[in-house]
Amino acid sequence: MKAVYAALAAGLLALLVYAVNQFPSRGDTAAPSHRPVSLAGTPGAGDYYIRNALGDANTPNMVTAILADYRSFDTLGETFVVFTGGVACWLLLRRRRP
Amino acid sequence: MRSPSRSPIIVVACRAIVPVIQLVALYVLFHGHYSPGGGFQGGVLLAASFLLIRMALGLEVAQLQFPSRAGAILGAVGVLVFAGTGIATILGGGNFLDYAHLPLPGFEAAARRSLGILLVEVGVMIAVASIITVIYDELIQSERDD
Repeated sequence: MKAVYAALAAGLLALLVYAVNQFPSRGDTAAPSHRPVSLAGTPGAGDYYIRNALGDANTPNMVTAILADYRSFDTLGETFVVFTGGVACWLLLRRRRP
Repeated sequence: MRSPSRSPIIVVACRAIVPVIQLVALYVLFHGHYSPGGGFQGGVLLAASFLLIRMALGLEVAQLQFPSRAGAILGAVGVLVFAGTGIATILGGGNFLDYAHLPLPGFEAAARRSLGILLVEVGVMIAVASIITVIYDELIQSERDD
């Protein structure tokens, strides 16, 4: 049984290494995430962010500009998730005093 | 729960390390515009400094630094800072969380958006730091009551 697991793990590792090697290299303008127009014909989001993040938000860190400005709804949801988790722990673990 | 340490080495080391962690947390938050970082990372670092004091010196001493009661309230305050920024942009005439319409006279649109990002990150940091501390406190308290 151990040999089967080892073979499975080795196979998965080989698949992972193969997939990672198929990634586009850094800065490749032809990479799918950098295309100005997506395959469906709509404007590509990644291209817009790279071109306009600094000018729009005055923020050199593009990741921060996307996280907190373009996709701020998503970040608001994440904050609510953290808050809800905390409130749930607070309500469940707090000792009830009858 | 583990009893708080009486070893002077641990106590002194914590007193030396905790301010550094908090300073790095603020740096990570405010330098998030230029380098990797932001509200979540800074908040977790701030919470780590609170938890270090709680683990080393015990919950009672740690109340002097960050009271357990303040945790739940500050968590809500952090979320409200985030959502309030969105409401402020609506009052300024824009869409929800469209920082270009923050009601701040004398700023260009790009500067307002930069400031809006900072406001939001501060809210995230307050929420994350206090919520992690709340969860830790409640776990400790519930274990102690049994």
